[in-house]
Amino acid sequence: MSVLVDDDTRVVVQGITGGEGKFHTEQMLDYGTNVVAGAVPGKGGQEVAGVPVYDTVTQAAREEDADASVVFVPPAFAGDALFEALDAPLDLVVAITEGIPTQDMSRVYRRLQETDTHLIGPNCPGIITPGEAKLGILPGNIFSSGNVGLISRSGTLTYQIVDNLTNRGLGQSTAVGIGGDPIIGTDFIDALSLFEADDDTDAVVMCGEIGGEDEEEAAAYIGEHMDTPVAGFIAGRTAPPGKRMGHAGAIVSGSGTGTAESKISALEAAGVPVGDTPEEVADSVEDLL
Amino acid sequence: MRLHEYQAKGVFAEAGIPTPASELARTVDEAVEAAEEIGYPVAIKAQVHVGGRGKAGGIKLVDDAEEAREAAEDIIGMDLKGYDVETVLVEEAVDFTNELYVGVTMDRGEGRPVAMVSKRGGVNIEEVAEEEPEAIAREHIDPAFGMHPFQARKVVYDAGIDGAVAGEVASILTTLYEMWDERDGSDIEINPLMVTEDDDVIAADAVFNVDGDALFRQPELAEMEEKAADNELEAKAQEYGFEGSNYVQLDGNVGIIGNGAGLVMGTLDLVDYYGGSPANFLDIGGGAKAERVANALDLVFSDEDVDSVVFNIFGGITRGDEVANGINEALDEFDEIPVPVIVRLAGTNAEEGMEILNTDLVQVESTLEDAVQAAVDAAEEVKA
Repeated sequence: MSVLVDDDTRVVVQGITGGEGKFHTEQMLDYGTNVVAGAVPGKGGQEVAGVPVYDTVTQAAREEDADASVVFVPPAFAGDALFEALDAPLDLVVAITEGIPTQDMSRVYRRLQETDTHLIGPNCPGIITPGEAKLGILPGNIFSSGNVGLISRSGTLTYQIVDNLTNRGLGQSTAVGIGGDPIIGTDFIDALSLFEADDDTDAVVMCGEIGGEDEEEAAAYIGEHMDTPVAGFIAGRTAPPGKRMGHAGAIVSGSGTGTAESKISALEAAGVPVGDTPEEVADSVEDLL
Repeated sequence: MRLHEYQAKGVFAEAGIPTPASELARTVDEAVEAAEEIGYPVAIKAQVHVGGRGKAGGIKLVDDAEEAREAAEDIIGMDLKGYDVETVLVEEAVDFTNELYVGVTMDRGEGRPVAMVSKRGGVNIEEVAEEEPEAIAREHIDPAFGMHPFQARKVVYDAGIDGAVAGEVASILTTLYEMWDERDGSDIEINPLMVTEDDDVIAADAVFNVDGDALFRQPELAEMEEKAADNELEAKAQEYGFEGSNYVQLDGNVGIIGNGAGLVMGTLDLVDYYGGSPANFLDIGGGAKAERVANALDLVFSDEDVDSVVFNIFGGITRGDEVANGINEALDEFDEIPVPVIVRLAGTNAEEGMEILNTDLVQVESTLEDAVQAAVDAAEEVKA
């Protein structure tokens, strides 16, 4: 068992003919992912890395029985690509694209609420179930199979923490990079609930960063709903306040939330040990297991 | 990206939102001339991206040419919270009976826009939000439909605004939302929205922040983006393509370079944890071509406060040996390495990378903790 992706996941790559799309399709195939199709308007009938390309996601899903997609479509067209994936419909959509306009994501998010699809990202490294499948750009070789679930807003910081875990012999059930954008599909709570329901995940690492209130809300969720133990890490303790928070945006969040202190104290109040360093996170996971 | 007040007002006026008569001035003479033309009293307002300009002496109300000259002399060229004032907006002073607040922003938690109205305009609205949140009426907008007319009315009445002026405010809010929607706004606000004795409303200040990721489809706004930075280091960062939030200067003396925002933030935190003080945040993103690495090092070396540098790369798809070659080539371009550089490589081909690195020029550490500790120690030695 694992979360969202496994050996059976059949993947369409949206934007497979672009540089990134092609390169990472090869990497995903090497890892053992079932990449069954590509979708690029006007490129139907071509092949990339031995994978057949279709003009639309619907065709790809129908012809190749695909149930998931990975999106490498450039930001200007990515919103539309996500609507297309939701329309197919697919069970899982992983949006790697960085720099999608926030208003486009607001509309996608609105549409997402009407579907049963899990959207991961955008602006994320993807999701991996070690030894089975990876959907995205995560470096497969640092992961190892095991019973620790991992959720993170950041790419390279995820790799850092995975590296610390793997070096201790702490393998991962599934690792999800949920992305660092203001509006994302799967958030901490969604991912936590999936790990809570997964029999093969015995502990979860939640790696957050400053901004927004998702970590605070996740902390409340953990306190109320989770039996699986959680360890935490929050990046940005030393980041100067007000740097990326907009003017009127600060009204919505109010002040006092969005800071590292606020997130750390919320997590600790929910019984989640928050490591000062990635090594300490690995220590906590060892203690929790 | 944030527009200047005068730019935002230009966009507002184009959309039909009433704004006071105003003119932009770059010299004292221009400012006085503009004031004479507009007629007294006028406000002379510094055009810098700083909140609380009034309190900091960046806005002055004047009644005649002599006062206008004095105020312009004071403001043009002044240092306002670290920003050099190069231009002022000379603006008709509006007689008002009331000051309101209206704004539209993206509520990231809800994933949808929210319109906000308050009778407590003219003051720091963040403080109002904190101390008296019920004084700000809020209405979330469904992005699939846009703002219904009733929603504009609802939030205005909810804010306690009534009478003849309510319709005016609702109409301005509707325009504001449409502008936010069409122009890819992130935060747009009018504070204060002044109400005159005749129940006219007029936007006395204007904030317009645009989603930087949407500038590709907002060419008119993209042209307003100022490349001029506030100091030499930021200018250099922009020149090297480390734009926006990829380079942030801080107060400490340990320079930090890494790939990925989360990892760089984590490295900053670790410097602090080991008793050091970060000099900057610099995310060089994916890949590590020699030129980009050289630019990053040159940028951080240019900061006179920097006493050591920690270079932390976690190679995902990027291979450690490529990164190492990039660092070697980059360091070759410097006649002299001004401060100790500690490099830590991890991930794909990290070991090969560490063997390649020229240890005459850099110190190599294999764990994040050791690398940060070494950089903090090196910085302390330089200071001592």
